[in-house]
Amino acid sequence: MSVQNVKSASIELKAAIEELFHSYADCIDNDELEQWPEFFTEECIYKIIARENYARNLLVCVIYCDSKGMLKDRITAHRHANIYEAHTYKHLVSGVRIVGQEGDAYLVRANYAVFQTRQDGITEVYNVGKYVDKVVFVDGEAKFKEKIAVYDTSMIPTLLVTPI
Amino acid sequence: MTKLGVDTMQITWPAEGFTRVPYEVYMDPSVYEQEQLKIYRGPTWNYLALDAELPQNGDYKTTFVGDTPVVVTRDSDGEIRAFVNQCAHRGATVCMDSCGNTKTFTCVYHAWAYDGKGDLKGVPFRNGVEGKGGMPDDFDPAKHSLQKLRIETFCGVIFGSFDPHVGPLQEYLGEKMCGYIQRVFNRPVRVLGYNRQSMNNNWKIYFENVKDSYHASILHTFFTTFGLNRLSQRGGIEMDDTGMHHVSYTYGSSDENEDAYKQANLRSFNSKYKLEDQSMLQGRKEFADGITLAIQSIFPGMVLQQIHNTLAVRQLLPKGPGHCELHWTYFGYADDDNNMTTIRMKQSNLVGPAGFVSLEDGGVGELVQRGIVRDKEKSSFVEMGGITVQSQEFRATETSIRGFWKRYRELMGY
Repeated sequence: MSVQNVKSASIELKAAIEELFHSYADCIDNDELEQWPEFFTEECIYKIIARENYARNLLVCVIYCDSKGMLKDRITAHRHANIYEAHTYKHLVSGVRIVGQEGDAYLVRANYAVFQTRQDGITEVYNVGKYVDKVVFVDGEAKFKEKIAVYDTSMIPTLLVTPI
Repeated sequence: MTKLGVDTMQITWPAEGFTRVPYEVYMDPSVYEQEQLKIYRGPTWNYLALDAELPQNGDYKTTFVGDTPVVVTRDSDGEIRAFVNQCAHRGATVCMDSCGNTKTFTCVYHAWAYDGKGDLKGVPFRNGVEGKGGMPDDFDPAKHSLQKLRIETFCGVIFGSFDPHVGPLQEYLGEKMCGYIQRVFNRPVRVLGYNRQSMNNNWKIYFENVKDSYHASILHTFFTTFGLNRLSQRGGIEMDDTGMHHVSYTYGSSDENEDAYKQANLRSFNSKYKLEDQSMLQGRKEFADGITLAIQSIFPGMVLQQIHNTLAVRQLLPKGPGHCELHWTYFGYADDDNNMTTIRMKQSNLVGPAGFVSLEDGGVGELVQRGIVRDKEKSSFVEMGGITVQSQEFRATETSIRGFWKRYRELMGY
């Protein structure tokens, strides 16, 4: 499928991919983190990287996972190892667009804003950026083969433990 | 020089000395102002950049000394320079980008132009327009350079100082600290990227945390949760003669090699939880001395870390009494193969703002800052490992925190 064809991608395809993005955000925001790795394919990449590094082809990420196992380890550590102040996220995801295709993977972009509410009840804009993702269909189900959160908010407030 | 009332605050330090820290030093705005003068613009050498970040003539990066904005450059002769990022005319910053390459820095306000040495090269309308206006006849561009810092470099690490009288860098660091810096910067490095983190606590609380080897196995439970802790690990604290810098080091097990590492990682049956992907911790032995973890602090705000195969410099920057930033620069070596780079990237999950063994450090400082808010006259208690400032061959100690306060009080006159 050429880029032209992607632009005229079926409503069903677009809807399936949009649903993936929204249910992914919903999973995190509802603290159903044990389900979070299931949005990915068995072989996958997940990164949260500063726009500064991304733009300059520097490799350093805040989170760098190159297997589903590493995603699961993140959650195990989140639940049982790491110590941090309880907080909730609210994702606003917009502008989900299929921008190309690479083999069986759709190249998908979206913008996101994550609001964080901490124990003091104050909600702040925690992290804003874009997703640069690759989505594939496995047994008819949309999954992230690659999900890269490129954040504009160059300063991480306090710490980052919950995925974005 | 008018001090604008910054000396109005006089801290009365508890009689016990450096085993006590009065909480007001973390909160008082006038203490913060005095620190900027007496520490950051005083007789200290401050981390600015790595040589590897400025490989070409004309390369620059912006950074800070304390809260003063600074530009570091490699000038047209290949020399490293640094100057305050503040136009000599009306004080606007002359460089807005975080890094780049340029021959001149031109203030956007009135286009005063400076070269990579910080010397004034051009003033628009210096002679006025059509014979009217312009600078007075006695205007001498040579007297209006950007404010320059002293620069010294050691093993490719660039330090700057505002103090014309501070001793040479290597003397400031001391022989032992130079040894540990040399150990890591033993060959050309390659910068892998940056992370930046902001914390709602005083800068000194974060620096104490870095020097505090007592908290490590208590607060950071990642290794114990996954059964990866080796209780047999030897380690200790080394300090320079003044006590202001420190290294906390840990040895891997004595029979350590890659296979032993792998087996140790897999032998986690005693733990309730197990890493799904063991590859994250499968590293390479990089240092002949067998030290697998070395955290070094250089007064007043630099941290050099080796945590397994992750190498990074952390630059601690004060941003007001209750706020600070941490800028992480990760690096490997120029001769790393691709596999080594992948190892470093995987292990980088251990460190940084989201690090399995360092994310807690971003949070505890805020707990302290919130806890002490109404008790300026009270003090913290710092007697773990004794009441002295000395190197120790164990880690259940706060000796290097006491070393920090010893030097801090000397500089601040408390």
